[in-house]
Amino acid sequence: MFWLVVAYLGSLATMFASAFWTVDSFTGNIVRHFNFGNFQILFTQSVYRVIAVRSLTVAVLVTLFDALIAIPIAFFMAKVLSQRLRNFAIVIIILPLWASYLVKTYAWRTMFSDGGVLVWLLKPFHINPPGYGLFATTLTLAYLWLPYMILPIYAGLERLPDSLLEASSDLGASAGKTFRQVIIPIIYPSIIAGSLFTFSLTLGDYIVVKIVGGKSQLMANVVYDNVGTAGNLPFAAAAALFPIATILGYLYFVRRSGALENF
Amino acid sequence: MTIAIALQELRKNFGEVAAVAGVNLEIADGEFFAMLGPSGSGKTTVLRLIAGFEIPTSGSIKIAGEDVSKTPPFNRDVNTVFQDYALFPHMTVQKNVEYGLRVKGVAKAEREVRALRALERVKLVGYENRKPSQLSGGQRQRVALARAIVNEPKVLLLDEPLGALDLKLRHEMQKELKELQVQLGITFIFVTHDQEEALTMADRIAVFNQGQIVQVGSPKEIYEQPANEFVAGFVGISNLLHPESSREILGKAGTFSIRPEKIKLGHDLERKATGKVSQVQFLGSFTRIDVELAMGDTLTLLQENDGSSLASPVVESLINISWDSKYEFQVG
Repeated sequence: MFWLVVAYLGSLATMFASAFWTVDSFTGNIVRHFNFGNFQILFTQSVYRVIAVRSLTVAVLVTLFDALIAIPIAFFMAKVLSQRLRNFAIVIIILPLWASYLVKTYAWRTMFSDGGVLVWLLKPFHINPPGYGLFATTLTLAYLWLPYMILPIYAGLERLPDSLLEASSDLGASAGKTFRQVIIPIIYPSIIAGSLFTFSLTLGDYIVVKIVGGKSQLMANVVYDNVGTAGNLPFAAAAALFPIATILGYLYFVRRSGALENF
Repeated sequence: MTIAIALQELRKNFGEVAAVAGVNLEIADGEFFAMLGPSGSGKTTVLRLIAGFEIPTSGSIKIAGEDVSKTPPFNRDVNTVFQDYALFPHMTVQKNVEYGLRVKGVAKAEREVRALRALERVKLVGYENRKPSQLSGGQRQRVALARAIVNEPKVLLLDEPLGALDLKLRHEMQKELKELQVQLGITFIFVTHDQEEALTMADRIAVFNQGQIVQVGSPKEIYEQPANEFVAGFVGISNLLHPESSREILGKAGTFSIRPEKIKLGHDLERKATGKVSQVQFLGSFTRIDVELAMGDTLTLLQENDGSSLASPVVESLINISWDSKYEFQVG
């Protein structure tokens, strides 16, 4: 346990420290000299601002999309299905996680391709689906992370006693009111838990956008390119602090709202 | 007499199992009605059918003359106190009590007045801002009651309302529930497997067995004149004289029931029997004596510890017992 903490938090601390170093542009060696140069570039050059906003937007959309799909699925599993079918449904939800991430992403690439299944499906409606780009990236990421949203919400709903739903109905609330007044507030912490997965996984992903994103880049691509092509590890470290800071900020916001201290 | 609830040929099947197998029942306005029976006898299912949580397989449910068999729970003029109380964990006591009024769109000022009045009725003023997790079992029970009565329903349904409370609190709440019912004047229907609870609180009792009502009557009728062997055994201590004993002792055919406190030691009363003492239990204010008759039946009698009687009989000894014929009831 102790070594796990050292290895895990130690590497994070090293990354944090190296974000304040620079690379000698002539020799390519790392200069261990404390300065804010990397951050200055990140904050002042507009390209990074655009990428940051774009990454955040994609992460928020993926999270919202997953929450919208996951809540009804999780509710159906926890409150409608019989115990046997419920276990079967859990297996079905988890099954895609066993398949390679790359295979699934390339499957979406095929579907979004020119003359792919999406074009064919939408043709009768005279809709031209967008090709590779941010929309395809968002949809693919939402597909990939959906199980991580369903499972915590399902767990939360399973713990919710049926009698609470009956009591709400008994006291005169329609299904919609019960959903808003009783179900959502009680499973709110589960939704937050799921959103932490979808949010951080999206912010850390650079492969999906490369495969289905066309020319678009996300923050993780900046990290990747600076580690690989540019060989600027300190700048990559500085860019990698972006998702961490975002998640911390998100958690702080959730805590401040008091939604987790409801019980 | 106005009818609050009328059940006609009510049936409910869960797969192959008939949980409720043809129940006919009328409950009058303002009655304190108990549905008594062992677990699995269908009493809770009947309550859930009245509340609307289950849809009947066949038959009808009328509330105040109106057929509600297909009406969803939120449109029925009944409220339920759940066995596990089912308080909303994310709401304060105040918000819980106001919930029914809020979803019906009652204005805030009126909600507060009515919630306060309901909390006064259940003696829980001062706890408005607590969360259910900060309350004891008895207090949660009171919140559940307040949350139901604040809506002023025609009928209040209580599912094993005192089941989760300890004995002392249970007795206290029995008294309070009865008082509350008299004050409010609304019909209370409560489900219980505790015969003592049913006898002390209810105006009338329906005894359930295997999805059917086997007897409806006042507590006195149920206790003194059980309709059959099941009721005699389920309500109070079972003292049965099977046909051989009946022929020998009473000179009558059939199975008869006699309550233990009606049987006295000695041969002073009309019906006389002699048997072997099989067990003597000291219960504090009473001593319970089991007497095994020659024909195989065992009669239990309760000897009051008022100092008048001699020492308790010794196990294995022969003793004389007797009772009045008016206390024996044919149950089969």
